[in-house]
Amino acid sequence: MALDRWIALVLLGICLVYGYTAFFTMDEGLAPFARRNPVWPSTFPKVLSVFGVVASLLILLGVEKGEEKVGDIDYRRLHEYKLGQALILLGLMVVYALCLRPVGFLLSTSLFLLIGSFVLGERKWLLMLVISLSATFIVWYLVQEVLGIYMRPLPMFITQLIGA
Amino acid sequence: MLEGILIGLQTALSLQNLLVVIGGCLIGTFIGMLPGLGPMSIIAIMIPIAISMGDPSAALILLAGVYYGAIFGGSTSSILLNAPGVAGTVASSFDGYPMAQQGKAGKALTIAAIASFAGGTIGAILLMIFAPMLSSVALLFHSAEYFALMIVGLSAIAAFAGQGQVVKALLMTVLGLIMATVGEGALFNLPRFTAGIMDLQSGFGFITLAMAMFALPEAIFLVLKPKNIGDDGGEIKDLRISRAEARSIAPVIGRQSIQGFFIGVLPGAGATIASFLGYAVERNIAPKHEQDEFGKGSIKGLAAPESANNAACTGSFVPLLTLGIPGSGTTAILLGALIALNVTPGPRLMIDEPQIFWAVIMSMFIGNLVLLILNLPLIPYIAKVLAIPRNYLIPFILFFTLMGAYIGQNNATELLILVGFGVCGIALKFANYPLPPLLIGFILGGMMEDNFSRSMQLYGGVSFIWERPMTMGLLVLAVVLVLLPGYRAMRAKRAV
Repeated sequence: MALDRWIALVLLGICLVYGYTAFFTMDEGLAPFARRNPVWPSTFPKVLSVFGVVASLLILLGVEKGEEKVGDIDYRRLHEYKLGQALILLGLMVVYALCLRPVGFLLSTSLFLLIGSFVLGERKWLLMLVISLSATFIVWYLVQEVLGIYMRPLPMFITQLIGA
Repeated sequence: MLEGILIGLQTALSLQNLLVVIGGCLIGTFIGMLPGLGPMSIIAIMIPIAISMGDPSAALILLAGVYYGAIFGGSTSSILLNAPGVAGTVASSFDGYPMAQQGKAGKALTIAAIASFAGGTIGAILLMIFAPMLSSVALLFHSAEYFALMIVGLSAIAAFAGQGQVVKALLMTVLGLIMATVGEGALFNLPRFTAGIMDLQSGFGFITLAMAMFALPEAIFLVLKPKNIGDDGGEIKDLRISRAEARSIAPVIGRQSIQGFFIGVLPGAGATIASFLGYAVERNIAPKHEQDEFGKGSIKGLAAPESANNAACTGSFVPLLTLGIPGSGTTAILLGALIALNVTPGPRLMIDEPQIFWAVIMSMFIGNLVLLILNLPLIPYIAKVLAIPRNYLIPFILFFTLMGAYIGQNNATELLILVGFGVCGIALKFANYPLPPLLIGFILGGMMEDNFSRSMQLYGGVSFIWERPMTMGLLVLAVVLVLLPGYRAMRAKRAV
């Protein structure tokens, strides 16, 4: 089965769960006076779930047969591309998301940019260091000082130490 | 009117206000280029500065300049990086980005600048002429018509974005609408589909979803298959457009500036629908051989959304200035700024404070001119972003993607949601599911449900569909739009 049908199958599952919630569980807590309204919180979701199920089924059953187009990247030959780099970068983004608060913006961002370039094959360490550090500081200054959005610059234990 | 124009010119051409509009356009362009920072957030950020100026005319001129600049900046990142930070410029990437990939980035940016200038200027002329009349047209639309209009917009998007696979596009639209129902809606005031997760109470963030569906998959595709960036050394070889090209886009710009303006007038419609509808209309009326070029670097496909979104931005000022009703999130923020400056927009604004009303309109002309004069010579420098080595540029794109989501919600959990959705976006892209319908469905979902629910309440059921002829007409149009590609394909098969 082609990937688009697998995805349609997953989306069909999502629409069924969504529809089940809308049709059977969502209105349980609805107040009696609200039940007299022509429109309930579940009305629009019910309509959407029906459309979603029908559209997923149409794709799954292959009703709309188009030529199978291969996009920019053929997922069947994924091993021929730089899959490792892509996966490491996605992992790096997750690590960045988890570290942003405890490690602080300055350290986590400069490390993210440094490691990101390294993963992609860059080895000019001095240039990498200068670019990542200066960019990190400029962005932090703009976001924190100009835009006024607080971002903890230093690791949590240092700010606690300073605070103490 | 002439007196008003003169008052407006006098105010807008003062040295202070000229500097304000130039500054606003520049700030808007540069921040708007960063994926993730749309006009709404930029204007919100600029409000304290605008209010501190004390002069309502100068404040509105600054914010309007930022608004235009941000839309232009958003187009630039759509064209060069396929990373639209603003929903209104998503359609610009359909043909702008393929043009950049073909080494025509300079030409694409020139067309964007000219189309934006023309769209904004024609919009401002129309605003000047029709502002009082158009407000009454917009008032004729009830919730039922808004709901039907959104269905038309979404159907048009599905019809063209599907590129022969309309059902896939429809499924993506429905998925976007489904995602929009997650969280606490304004109408029902109770959390839905949150599974008890606190972070989902306010629903998914638009910027997060936009980043996950566009910027992140694009950056990861660049990692998987190194190409494009820097292929032509980032040099803008051909800034000029030929006479034949100018002749071919001129009617498109004219049509879409007018259509975009009128769509922009309708509250809730705005630049996004205008740009997508503009794109769809131009694709549908183009000759068959030109239709195939859409999505592959068609200059008409770029000029249409660019002129439409700028004209719609101008149009969205009509209900704000004449009725005091914000037509979009951006104009809602502008309304907040005006109220903070003790100015009450509404029908009496033109009478009580004509200098504000006309100064804003005049500053639109000046702002558009400033954008054209500043941005055309700056295009080679703006496009230098292409010359940045891939090893540095990709981590930066990923970083700005993360920052966009973080700044939008100020929440680190949003970054994990971004990566999760990004992986889904990559899988959908692999399977050739069109992603723009998902995002547009998500943006319009809340408004669509509100209007649907209001109509249901008003008519005690779905009878509003056949009791309101305009609603019925729009819904029939939506069905035609969905069925048209299938009918065309069937006819083409029979002809063979």
